[in-house]
Amino acid sequence: MKIRANLLIGGILFTAVVVAGLLAPWLAHTDPVMDANLMYAEEPPGTEFWFGTDAQGRDIYSRVLYGARISLTVGILSQLINTVIGVALGLSAGYWGGWWDDIVNGLTNMMLAIPSLIFALAIMAILSPGLTSLLIALGLTNWSFTCRLARASALSLKSQGYVQAAKVLGYSDIRIMLTQLLPNMLGPIIVIGTLGMGGAVLAEAALSFLGLGIRPPFPSWGSMLSDARDQITTAPWISIFPGLAIFITVLGLNLLGDGLRDILDPQSRTRRA
Amino acid sequence: MSEQPLLEVENLRIDLTVGGTKFPAVQDVSFTIKRGETFGLVGESGCGKSITSLALIGLLRHPLSIGAGTIRFDGREIQALSPGEMRKLRGDRISMIFQEPMTALNPLSPIGRQIAEMFVLHRGATWKEAERLSIEALANVRVPAPERRIKDYPHQLSGGMRQRVMIAIALACEPDLLLADEPTTALDVTVQAEILELIRDLSAAKGTAVLMISHDLGLIANMCRRVGVMYAGRLVEERFATEVFQSPSHPYTSGLVASLPLLGARSKYGRQRLKEISGVVPPVAAFPTGCRFNPRCYAATEVCGTEDPGVTPLARGGLVRCHHHE
Amino acid sequence: MLSFIVRRLLQTLPIILAVAAIIFVLFSVIPGTFASSMSDDGRSVLDAEVMARMNKEFGYDDPVYIRFGKYIADLATFDLGTSFRSRQPVTSVIADRLWPTAQLTLASMLFAIAMGVPLGFIAALRPGSWVDMVSMVTAVSGLSLPKFWLGLMLMYLFALVLGWLPSFGYGDGSLRYLILPSIALGVAPMALLARTTRAAVLEIMNADFVRTARAKGMSERRVVQWHLTRNALVIVLTTIGLQFGTVIGQAVVVEKLFAWPGLGSLLVDSVTLRDIPVVQGSILVIVLLFLLINMLVDVLCAIIDPRIKYS
Repeated sequence: MKIRANLLIGGILFTAVVVAGLLAPWLAHTDPVMDANLMYAEEPPGTEFWFGTDAQGRDIYSRVLYGARISLTVGILSQLINTVIGVALGLSAGYWGGWWDDIVNGLTNMMLAIPSLIFALAIMAILSPGLTSLLIALGLTNWSFTCRLARASALSLKSQGYVQAAKVLGYSDIRIMLTQLLPNMLGPIIVIGTLGMGGAVLAEAALSFLGLGIRPPFPSWGSMLSDARDQITTAPWISIFPGLAIFITVLGLNLLGDGLRDILDPQSRTRRA
Repeated sequence: MSEQPLLEVENLRIDLTVGGTKFPAVQDVSFTIKRGETFGLVGESGCGKSITSLALIGLLRHPLSIGAGTIRFDGREIQALSPGEMRKLRGDRISMIFQEPMTALNPLSPIGRQIAEMFVLHRGATWKEAERLSIEALANVRVPAPERRIKDYPHQLSGGMRQRVMIAIALACEPDLLLADEPTTALDVTVQAEILELIRDLSAAKGTAVLMISHDLGLIANMCRRVGVMYAGRLVEERFATEVFQSPSHPYTSGLVASLPLLGARSKYGRQRLKEISGVVPPVAAFPTGCRFNPRCYAATEVCGTEDPGVTPLARGGLVRCHHHE
Repeated sequence: MLSFIVRRLLQTLPIILAVAAIIFVLFSVIPGTFASSMSDDGRSVLDAEVMARMNKEFGYDDPVYIRFGKYIADLATFDLGTSFRSRQPVTSVIADRLWPTAQLTLASMLFAIAMGVPLGFIAALRPGSWVDMVSMVTAVSGLSLPKFWLGLMLMYLFALVLGWLPSFGYGDGSLRYLILPSIALGVAPMALLARTTRAAVLEIMNADFVRTARAKGMSERRVVQWHLTRNALVIVLTTIGLQFGTVIGQAVVVEKLFAWPGLGSLLVDSVTLRDIPVVQGSILVIVLLFLLINMLVDVLCAIIDPRIKYS
């Protein structure tokens, strides 16, 4: 019963955010970047400005809607990159073993030794702020869990009868990995991917908050918050709504991930709590 | 010997609750064990032997619970006992050895301490006295150099040694009844005999009654005076051990006997295939109507599929639950 | 035991070297020279002559491999270079920031442990109860909260509306200043610890040796005291170690928000100012701290868990 609740609530929250992002041009009241009007600066939430306005008089409701696009793009794409890297490295390392395995292992250990936000921050420090840089910074720094998992699964799966059979049939290594091994480890990888997406959304927000991700005036939830601190005494709503949006998105993804784990990966309840 | 039996189990039913529905995992099981007697429960896995023994010591946990029947230990009904009274009984007067010695001991605690707990719990000993007593207990189960061994952790011991420690724990307070749930199944064949001998010697010396549970009819027949054969949550036959081999009454028992390899049988009867019983034990939720063994039984007739066979006393002593018993 | 520690130290050495190399490559090869990166930030426009002089002064004219050799040699003597901005040795710049960061991470981990472990424990002892539901909903929410937003909200409520605590800054370094940032930073590890503890306790509750303990006639309280706590501790401790590292990393955001003069805000400020030696140095120190803590946890686990062999 609880499984359903996880999946249901998570799914609803996440779908709502996706819909908000997709339909932003139709749902928004104003242009998120251009429609600044100092006449209406720091208006509290009301009938005209649902979530109020910021210091430049921009409609926060519209900006939050558009912010969903950036958060989701970064969250989904960067986690996809991580998953591809993690699976490619882990799967091949587990299957081939030998020196390649040693290299991948060393690489993974090193990645685990650097807190991923710090690593992403370092990359952002070198690249100029922006969407592409964010994708690179977040896509390259969070694959170690997926990699470890793929490696462990490949190691245990490769001695299975059907994999041995495929070898005897003369299938190529790549084909065996993609058709025999990958489908059998997909469940846990999807789970880690979903949870990782939540992490990526948080990381994007954090980097943008620090002024290293999406730069103002573009409406990233994180950068909206970094502007908001100075107005927290006079206009707290500038801070409240973008933060709530991040929270709802990440909560949705986390609940979805938990729910999927109960279904797809039931024996791993303790692996990553 | 008209004295009161040590343990009386009457019409025991154990329910498995799944999503609000109760399934009888064990039903109508009755047997008695006298003081100092060894009684065996035999059957394939999944037939309810282990949960019967857990019920006797009050350790059934959700989703399992006692649904009906009575368990009387030393004249007292154990279901009527408070949790505190039951705890006093447990370990002190009824104790248990489990199948898996690898996991039944706490990996982070020295074995001496795990034995000593018994004396602290039930004898009110101090830890210091308890340590001395645990050395004795280890010596009793023939562990060499016990005073050094008590500091060992379970992972430093072999499977057989660990099972000795389990026996030392179980017999520490000289209980009246020892429940041994497949105590040798997880061990090497060479070690099995030693462990069984140990259980037999120690229980005989202290007059401890033993309920031995195993899927191995040969082992049970060797160890026990009387045998109960369980199938799909029911006791289908109960006999003196010596007779079970010679004249099994229930078709299931015959099947178990026929599936045993006998030493020297080949020279006598020529090369023969061991007989197996076809099929598997049905899951609790899918017990068949009538006699629960009927889908697998070679002697099944129409009545077996519709009517539940009652318990029939046998002429030579013992009970059987079959429409067509031999 | 000593050899175990030494061996663990030796194991981390290659990782430290690799991290140092990566940091060097990232900052010294890709972005070009120090001076060109200076002009990147758009605020300071240097003329060509000044650039050439500065490059020479900081040794950026040398080929890469010589610079790397120098970098590693300096590292071996705990020399992290000189700050572009303050012209002070990076080690002393970082040293000033270590204590505030240590205070913050320790305080937030203490908060996380003090709240998360009991929460998970209570939840596991009554699975499916309302206590369990509430604590697990709290946990998943805690994991989903952006720290800086939580910090902002705490700041708004407790500093600005209620006026109970200072809104930001280090002040005199007293506890009052520490409370809000360490809660903001500690909520996520608290949530994770609650979940890990719950899972660990639930798993151990169903372990065979706990059944043995019950069969011995032990009360549930004794079972928990004598057999459950220690076993759960090993699992929880490992999570604490891993979380410590994450917290050091995440402290960057919280320190920046609360203007906390720690390693994290030093790192962010230096990134904005393109003070590359300080950036490199602080990242390296953060990684070192992270590795050190994980090593400590390994040693602690080895003490508690006899199955982990020292040799």
